[in-house]
Formats: sequence, C-alpha cells, structure tokens
Amino acid sequence: MSQATATETTSEGVIESVSGPVVTAVDLDARMNDVVYVGEEGLMGEVIEIEGNLTTIQVYEETSDVAPGEPVANTGEPLSVDLGPGMMDSIYDGVQRPLDVLEEQMGAFLDRGVDAPGIDLEKTWEFNPEVEEGDEVSAGDVVGIVPETESIDHKVLVPPDYEGGEVTSVESGNFNVDETVVELDNGEEIQMRQQWPVREPRPTVEKETPTTPLVSGQRVLDGLFPIAKGGTAAIPGPFGSGKTVTQHQLAKWADADIVVYVGCGERGNEMTEVIEDFPELEDPKTGKPLMSRTCLIANTSNMPVAARESCVYTGITIAEYYRDMGYDVALMADSTSRWAEAMREISSRLEEMPGEEGYPAYLAARLSEFYERAGKFQNINGSEGSISVIGAVSPPGGDFSEPVTQNTLRIVKCFWALDADLAERRHFPSINWNESYSLYKEQLDPWWRENVHEEFPEVRQWAVDVLDEEAELQEIVQLVGKDALPEDQQLTLEVARYIREGWLQQNAFHDVDTYCEPEKTYLMLTAIQHFSEEAFDALEAGVPVEEIIDVDAVPQLNRMNTQEDFEAYISELKDDLSDQLREKY
Amino acid sequence: MQKEYKTITEISGPLVFAEIDEPVGYDEIVEIETPSGETRRGQVLETTSEYVAIQVFEGTSGIDRNSSVRFLGETLQMPLTEELLGRVLSGSGEPIDGGPEIEPDEERPIVGAAINPTAREYPEEFIQTGVSAVDGMNTLVRGQKLPIFSGSGLPHNDLALQIARQATVPEEEDGGDDEGSEFAVIFGAMGITAEEANEFMDDFERTGALERSVVFMNLADDPAVERTVTPRLALTTAEYLAFDKGYHVLVILTDMTNYCEALREIGAAREEVPGRRGYPGYMYTDLATLYERAGRIEGREGSVTQIPILTMPGDDDTHPIPDLTGYITEGQIYIDRDLNSQGIEPPVNVLPSLSRLMDDGIGEGLTREDHADVSDQLYAAYAEGEDLRDLVNIVGREALSERDNKYLDFADAFETEFVQQGYDTNRDIDETLDLGWELLSELPKEELNRIDEELIEEYYVETEAAQTAD
Repeated sequence: MSQATATETTSEGVIESVSGPVVTAVDLDARMNDVVYVGEEGLMGEVIEIEGNLTTIQVYEETSDVAPGEPVANTGEPLSVDLGPGMMDSIYDGVQRPLDVLEEQMGAFLDRGVDAPGIDLEKTWEFNPEVEEGDEVSAGDVVGIVPETESIDHKVLVPPDYEGGEVTSVESGNFNVDETVVELDNGEEIQMRQQWPVREPRPTVEKETPTTPLVSGQRVLDGLFPIAKGGTAAIPGPFGSGKTVTQHQLAKWADADIVVYVGCGERGNEMTEVIEDFPELEDPKTGKPLMSRTCLIANTSNMPVAARESCVYTGITIAEYYRDMGYDVALMADSTSRWAEAMREISSRLEEMPGEEGYPAYLAARLSEFYERAGKFQNINGSEGSISVIGAVSPPGGDFSEPVTQNTLRIVKCFWALDADLAERRHFPSINWNESYSLYKEQLDPWWRENVHEEFPEVRQWAVDVLDEEAELQEIVQLVGKDALPEDQQLTLEVARYIREGWLQQNAFHDVDTYCEPEKTYLMLTAIQHFSEEAFDALEAGVPVEEIIDVDAVPQLNRMNTQEDFEAYISELKDDLSDQLREKY
Repeated sequence: MQKEYKTITEISGPLVFAEIDEPVGYDEIVEIETPSGETRRGQVLETTSEYVAIQVFEGTSGIDRNSSVRFLGETLQMPLTEELLGRVLSGSGEPIDGGPEIEPDEERPIVGAAINPTAREYPEEFIQTGVSAVDGMNTLVRGQKLPIFSGSGLPHNDLALQIARQATVPEEEDGGDDEGSEFAVIFGAMGITAEEANEFMDDFERTGALERSVVFMNLADDPAVERTVTPRLALTTAEYLAFDKGYHVLVILTDMTNYCEALREIGAAREEVPGRRGYPGYMYTDLATLYERAGRIEGREGSVTQIPILTMPGDDDTHPIPDLTGYITEGQIYIDRDLNSQGIEPPVNVLPSLSRLMDDGIGEGLTREDHADVSDQLYAAYAEGEDLRDLVNIVGREALSERDNKYLDFADAFETEFVQQGYDTNRDIDETLDLGWELLSELPKEELNRIDEELIEEYYVETEAAQTAD
C-alpha cells in the first residue's frame, strides 16, 4: 500500500469508541475516504462517515486491545494503490500489501500494524525510453518501456492527472521506481511509480462496443455463452457447484494479456492452490508461465472484513492501469457476494437503515459502479484496451432471487448459471444451458465466422435447438418413461445426450481436456451433428434406435474431448460413423 | 494496574454495561465479582470513552449493580502445553477431570491470526478414514475442513467417532513408526447433551483415544455465551500442537448450530440489525475465523484438519448455518434421514456431498491411478439410478428398458454394499475401490464413459469371468 511511503500526517485525533472493525474518533480533521492510522500500533483504516466532530473509520486490521484515548493520525490521502513495474507475478492483500513481504516480516500468521509498499522501492528496472528531448507528451502517453516479466512489457505512462508538455530530459538504463526518468518543461517529473485512488476510475476517451470474444477454452462458454473482451459476466451458484473451478479455469486459459484475480472473502487453501499452481502452468499461446501475466489479490474470509470491502477496488484499479497501456485485461472477482456482505457488515455497524435483506441501500449503486469500470475503451493516449470483469456470486441457499444476484444481473450481459443438480451428477462445468445467456452472441458472430468457421453460428444454433427439444421431451419422459416416446424423439434424446456428455462436459483436471481451442470446440460439435444426420437417415431407412446407438463408433463421441490430435480423430470418427451406420441398411 | 469499578448501569441478557473513567481495550477480559463472592469472566464487546459493553461467559444471573468489575488488561488467552493431551476441560478451558492444574509452557490469545496464504501449503495428503463413502467418493486430506451436515436424531456422532478412531495417513513403504501417522484429536463440544457427551467419552476411553485427545466440554445446560469461546480454545490448542509440536491434529467441533445460536443471542442482546433469520450479519466472517484455522503451513511438521458437525434445522441446507458453512469449508458430508431409516450405516448421501480438495489428494502415488475415474463414474451412475427411482414409482419397473433396470439395480447395490459398512468396519482404499469396480462391472462396458479405456481393461470384472469365479 502506498501510504507506507507517505509518512507525513496532516492531523491527529483521539479514539472515542471501538466496536469490531468500526472505530470512531474525535478532533480528527479529515475528508471522506482519507486513509488514517489508528491507535498506538498504527492500524490502517479509512474514513467512512463524518458527523460533527465525530469521525467514523473502518479499520483494515484486527482491533483487539485497541482502546479509546489512543491517537488517530490522518494521512490526508485517499486509499490509493501503487502502480508500476513489479505488479505482475505478485500476490497482495486487500489493501495492496504484498503477502510475501508480510510473511518475511511477521511469519506464517498475519499480524497487524505492519505496512509495506505495493511495489518494491529498492528494485531497479531497465527503462527504455520511447521519447526524446523536445517531444511533446500529454497525459497518458507512453514515455518508455520496462520489460516487467517475460510476457509483459510494462509501459511507463505520463500520469493521467499531469498536464504534459515538452520533454526536457530523458534517462535510459536501470533505475528504481522512484527515480525520475523523464522531466517536462513545466517542471513535472515522471517516475516509473505512480499512485491512483482506488475508488476513482482512471480517465479514458470513450467506451466502445466490444467485438472480439474473450476465448476461454471452455466449450460451454466459447460455444454457447461467449463473453467479449471488455464484457461483463456473472457466475452465480450455490456452494459446491464449481464457481471457483470455473474462475480458475478462466484465469488460466482466457486469452487476455493480463489477468487480475481477486479472491475476495474466500478460502485460504484456494488462494494457496492458485499460488502453487500458476507458476507451473504455461500460457497456451506464448508458452510462458501464467504467473508472469497474473496479479493476485487475496483477502481470505478470515482476514479483516474492511479490507475485503476494498479489495475489488484495488483489483480493478490495477486492471485499469494495464488497460491504459493498451492491454486486454481480465479481472476475476471471487466472490462479489462476500464483498457485498462486507458492505453489509460495515453498514450495520454504522447502524444505517438497511435495505433488502440487511444490505445497505447503496448496494445496487456500488455494484453498477464497479461493473461499469469494465469495457472496451479508447485510452487517453489513443491506444485501445479492455477490461473484462467476471464476478462470481454466492447466493445464500442457491436462491437467485436474493439482492446481490438480482442487482448484478441488471448490469452484466453474460449470465452463467451454475446448477447444483448438474454438479451432483458431476457434470462439470455445471453451467445450466437452459438458464444461462449471453447478450454478446450477435456482436461476436462475425469474429467466429471469420476466425473459426463460416458455419459456426448455425452449428451452435442447431445444438441449442436440440438441447431445447431435449428439455421439453424430458418433461414427458419424467411422466411416461423414455420407451413410450416415438423413435425419432428417442433418437433426439440420444443426440442431446452426446451434446451434453461429449461436448458440454469438460474435465478441468485432464491435461488435454482442460483447454479446448475454438477449432476443436467447433469440430467436436460438427461430429455430433454428423452423427445426428446419419442416424436420422438410418432411422428413416428403418433401423431401430437401439441398433443405431449400439454402433461401435458412437460412444467414441464421448472420447473426442481428450484427443490431442483431434482433427484426425474427428475426421476418422465421422467416416466410421457414416460407414457403420450405412451398413445397417 | 487492575482498576476495579462498581459502576454497572445495565444488565441485559448476557450483557453487562459499565461506566468507566480510564480507557479499556476492545476484546479485553473482564472479571465480575457478584455480591455472593462468585467470579464471572467476560469479554469487552464495545468500548467507548464513557462505558463498555461486556459479554459474560458464565451468564449474568446473580450479578447486580453493586457487583465489582475488574479489567485484566489483556485479551483472552489459552494456556498451552503438550501435557494437555489426555485432559478434559470445561467449555472455558478449566480442567474438569479432577486432574492437576495445567502448567502452561506459554499462553496465546484465542482469537488467532489468519494464516498468510503465501505461507500455507496446499493440502494433498490423503487421509484414510476407512469409510468408503468418504474415502472413495469424498476424500479427506490433511489440513482440510470438511463438515458433516446432519439433522437432529441422526447418527453423525457415530460417523465422527469412526473417523476419529480409524483415520490414518498410509505411510510410505520405507516404513516410519506407526505413531507418526496417528492423529491427535481435539474435541470441542458446544451445547451437546450429557448423554451425547458420555457416548463420546466412553468411546474415547474404550479405544484408548483419550490419551491423544484434548476434550473441551460445554454441555447443553452450560451457559450459552461460553460456546462462543469453546471452539476458539480448541483451535488455539490445535494450532499449538500442530504448528509448534508437530502433531497431525483432527479437530471435531460439535454442534456448530449451538454455536451460531449463541452468536444470535448476543447479537439480539446488543440490539444489532439482524441478517437472515435473525442471525447477525457478520456470521459469515465469524464462522470463517473458526473454519479457516485449518490447514498446513510450509516448513512446519503438523497439520490441522477440521470436522465440524452441524445439525441443519428442519434438514434444510439453505438455512443460514449450513449455507454459510458450505461457502467456507472445503466440501461437506451429508447424513441422510431416508438412508438412516433404511438402516444404512453410515447413512451418507454421497450425491450432495463433496470434497473440494479430493482431486489433488488422489490418484497415482497418492491413492490409486483409477480413483478419480471410478469415483466420477460411481457418482454419475448412482445419480442416474436415483433419477430413475422417481420414474419407477409412476410407471413400474417393467416399463423400463434393460439399461434402465441395470442402473436401478446399481443404485440399490451402491447403497447396500458400498455405502453400508457399519461403524466398526475399516476398509482400506484398495478395498473401497475394488468394491466400486465390482459394482460398476454390473453395467455394460460402453456405459463407463467417465473411465479411461486402459483402466477399464485393467480393472473391469467381466461378468462371465466373475460368474465362473463364483
């Protein structure tokens, strides 16, 4: 957190009362959202209410043993993050303190009152200037490039709140983040590190309509419910339905340049899994370690609740900074319900009048403010960048009518509904194809036609139709049994079964199946469509359904997913299907 | 400087409000002496420059406005020593087994700090519980928190005891001593009946498990507020034994429902804005500070594995207690009323049950190469059989195809042969998986679409062959 470096304080007050994470102080001269240090130990907090001489503060750390009468010091700065090289391949807590630094300083358990800057102030980086003396630069412009990790070139930008002007001096070589690398004629100095308040979106020129998909390598998402680069999606689901695995899969395989993963109020072991797994995984596009394009923010459920409230803002501000460099950023927030609950907890400690189910009345406003920071943007330096936001929602009891799910659905354009029933029968990813939707389908179709196959949208529509028909037929089957249906409807059910089992299901833990390129997604579906056509021909020629599905090649439709050499396998399978089915008549 | 006040202004439920003139820290421990000379302990819930709100662990009856209030200047500490093993303590940590006073090596605050996620080690060591429904389908690993979701009158305690008795980590071939793989058991009882407590104690004594156990007993007639402290004492002890003394610790907390009721009681007494069903809005955070104290730490020998037990009011898993628990813990084991009335022991319903850490704890080198596929296939086949049962009720078995009938038979066999094993049978993982193959082999080979073809070749029991073998 950047306040670690701002040692000056502007005013001092005295603690009046302490109740869990909420502390009040008197005689403190503060503005809303100023960062303050509370008590003898200097616990970090933020001003959230001012009433006469009484200031209310939410504290980002445990408050045991803090007593009235202890001092409160105001930094006079809003909660900000440090932005600069070194954020990739890092793991932060909710207020951007690097967790590995904290571990060095206080051991395996998180103590309190320890502060650390968000990026290493000592480390030097190789600064390669992109401007020369005499060049005119304005806010947001790239002045140099720093090789941050093996996959990411970090662009050093003129801070958005600078006026800009003529470059009077440029350095080149190795510097730490606080050394001035570029000076302007109006006296403005540019370092590799800049700060930005987390609750304020970084400026852009305009928001554009996204037309490129964020390819996730997950068949059900890419194939049926695609999200655009710059889009928003919500994954609601009861516990055990696979939210986190889906989020992890997206973080691993989505074709974004940068991934910011916010673990908000979730399990400690899950974050550890990410920390242990990601460095070993390779980016399918570049072959470089996934961690080199990833920034993790971990505020586990037992870490202080106020820091949970701030962690999504920390995450999105970091995402915006990389967007300004022209990158496509994907931000995963797991889970936004925990964030909403943190708001509720703080709000109830403030004794605010509650809205629905005890959530504060400003819940909807906060959610939409957050999701609106996503999008495809034209940046102030003329480049284009995007932020895609994928928020997991954990509705109590799996009931989607609760306020967080409902308010989220009003904003996001992709809805990936996880289904406990599917999870119970180990159909993963357990995304319910009847309930989910994506409003990006039409605007992304041209991309699919151009980059995957001309026919892709039609084949997809065929699959959707079969699944719809299956849903209707299942209702009848529930009453009278499958054998009471006419033969052609029985065959439709079989085709639908292969779409479900062979195509929609995907094993995240299988080396090959975990990532499915768009071509494979398409080809697999055409194989099932091919089977469907051949099977219906056979049926018309008088072959009974039992014999059709008994053909040797048919169960192989369920094995396409694990084939590395899928093109050969699928084309051979199509031939086998034709041959073997035609033999029957 | 223990200042004594006689300034109590209000007594309400479990809370006492007192005026003060010197600052008192949040969470600090308080002693209240009643006129009859009894000492009650409590904790500061809210502190301002003029008054404090105190939550009294042992109940407020007998306290009057003239009682004296002493602030001890520290937060609640647990006295810790290896000698705690074999002892029985009250819900607030006092010995109640008639043994000697505890001479602590050190004391630690019971609130406990969060483990830094970068310092954690991801849990992936298989724990063999000897229960097929757990080992085969919902594998437990060291450092996991896996609750048992149960209902009133169901045999969750028998299952918990069976796990406590049988749990081992299969040692590798190069043979360490047997002691190394045994668990120390920390048992935290919150509001359980004296009868249930006896059941646990008898079992501990009968099997000699008491020697490697620490028992914290808060019974149903003990003060409710004390229950908010009991699990924290238990977990502080567990962390000490695990991370300082190198034990592998299994913590059983029962019944979390009583704990949550106590939280609600305090919340109501403080006139807080209630969340769902009257439970406080911070219950998720509060529960997380308990459940998240399971795990492993890099470079430390021991581990803390948690099995909290909760009885779902009305068997409803959308009730806030199981719901919030499920969002924090790494899976859950469901005890099922129907299976119980059919006499299945243990009556575990595997379909809604889940172990999130299973995937990394099983497979070649850990359990067996076919474990993941077998368990997937058993799940899928059992789910299909379950579905068909509804249909049978309407159309009868004759109306179903041969394939459907096979699935129905499979579902029955799965319950009566795989899940059913009795509380005294200890099946090792090979037995469990072989049993799974035996059941799966009743289905045609082509139906086994979740299993790798090579594994089918190796393990599938050809029906004819099986018959001739008989």
